[in-house]
Amino acid sequence: MKTILITLAILAVSAVTAQAGPEEDRMAFIKHYKARFPSVPREEYVNGAYAIDPIGRENWEAIEEFPPYEPFIDAGQAMWEKPFANGKGYKDCFPDGPAIAHQYPHWDKGKGMVMTLPLALNECLQANGEKPLKYKKGPINNILSYIAFQSRGKVVNVVVPDDDPRAMAAFEKGKKFYFTRRGQLNFSCATCHVQNTGLKVRTEILSPSVGHVTHWPVYRSKWGTVGTLHRRFSGCNNNIRAKALQAQGEEYRNLEYFLSYLSNGLELNGPGARK
Amino acid sequence: MIKKFRLVSTLAIITSVTLAGCTGKPIAKEAPGAMAPQVDPAIVAEGKAIAMGRTKGNCLACHMIEDGESPGNIGPPLLAMKARYPDKAKLRAQIWDPTAVNPESAMVPFGRMQVLTEDEIDKIVEYIWTL
Repeated sequence: MKTILITLAILAVSAVTAQAGPEEDRMAFIKHYKARFPSVPREEYVNGAYAIDPIGRENWEAIEEFPPYEPFIDAGQAMWEKPFANGKGYKDCFPDGPAIAHQYPHWDKGKGMVMTLPLALNECLQANGEKPLKYKKGPINNILSYIAFQSRGKVVNVVVPDDDPRAMAAFEKGKKFYFTRRGQLNFSCATCHVQNTGLKVRTEILSPSVGHVTHWPVYRSKWGTVGTLHRRFSGCNNNIRAKALQAQGEEYRNLEYFLSYLSNGLELNGPGARK
Repeated sequence: MIKKFRLVSTLAIITSVTLAGCTGKPIAKEAPGAMAPQVDPAIVAEGKAIAMGRTKGNCLACHMIEDGESPGNIGPPLLAMKARYPDKAKLRAQIWDPTAVNPESAMVPFGRMQVLTEDEIDKIVEYIWTL
C-alpha cells in the first residue's frame, strides 16, 4: 500500500515537472522583459528594438512611409501567381495560401523534424520539378515577403505536441542553443537578448527575444535588401566569431521553433524594415 | 662557555637574517602606483589604440572611455581605475578572463579566448590603468 502511494506521488511530481516546459519558459521570458520594460505593451514587442528605442522608432516610422520591402512583396506576388512548368502552382501545395505564415514553424510528425515555411516552399518546388531556392539571399525573400505581408495580423501559435516526445526534444535543443555560449567572443543569444536587453552595444539597443520572429523576412539597410531569419542567425553567429551554421539546418530550425514559441500570442507583422 | 657561545651565535644568526632582509628600500607600505615605475607613454598610446580598435579590444562596444565616441553601456564606465583595481594584476586578470570572477559575465575573455595576444593585453592594461 505504502509503495503504491509513494509511486503515485513520484509519478504525480514527475508528471508536473515533465509538463513544466515551453509555457513556463515563455512566461519566464515575458516576466523578465516586463520587469525591464514596464511601459511597453505586450503587442508592441513585435517591433523589436523600436518598441524600446524612441529615437530609432522615429526613424523607423519615417522609413515605413515608403517601405523598402514593397518591391519584394510585388515580386513575390508574381512568383506566387506564375504557374510552374508543369502547369501547377504554389496554390496547389498551399490551398490556404498565401496567408500561411502563421502555420510555421510546426512539428512535422511524419518527418520527425521542425518544418519551416522556406523548407515547405522548396518541398513544393521540388515536388513539381522546379529548382529549389537558396535560403539566405535571392528570390526566396520575394515569395516570403509576399506571404508575410498577406499573413499580417495572423497570431503566432506554435504547438509542442505531447504525443511525440521528439517535438519537445527539438524545442529543448533550440532552447539549449539559445542559452549556450559560443564563438571566440563567448556570447550566447541570452547574453545580449535576455541579460543585456535594453542596453546598448555602441549605438545599438539590444532587442528582447519575445517578438523576434514576427516581422521576418526583413529589409535590412545593412544588407541593402530583404533577408531571411536564418540569414540573420548566421550573421549573428559570425558577429561573435562563431561558426555560422547551415540555413534551414537542424540547429537553426530548432532555434526558430523555440524562438517562435516565445512569440505565441503576438501578431505577425512581416515583412519588416530594420537598420 | 658553550652556553655563551650558543647565545652569541643565535644572536648572530638572527641579526644576519634580519640584515639580509634589508635591501635599502623604505619599509613603510607603498601607496599603490605611487612608487610604480613610470610607464612609457608610447606603451600607453599603443594600449589605447588596441582598446579602441574595433577588431581588437573594441572596449567602446560596452564601456564609456574618456573621449571615445558613442560608447555602449553594458559595462561600467572605465574611470577611477586605480581606485577600483589597486592591484594591476587583478585588472589584467579581469581582462584576460572575466568569467573567472563572474561566470555570468557578458565581457569577452580576451586572453582565455585568444582574442588579444598577451603583449596586447599588457599594453591595454597599462592604458586602462591610467583612466
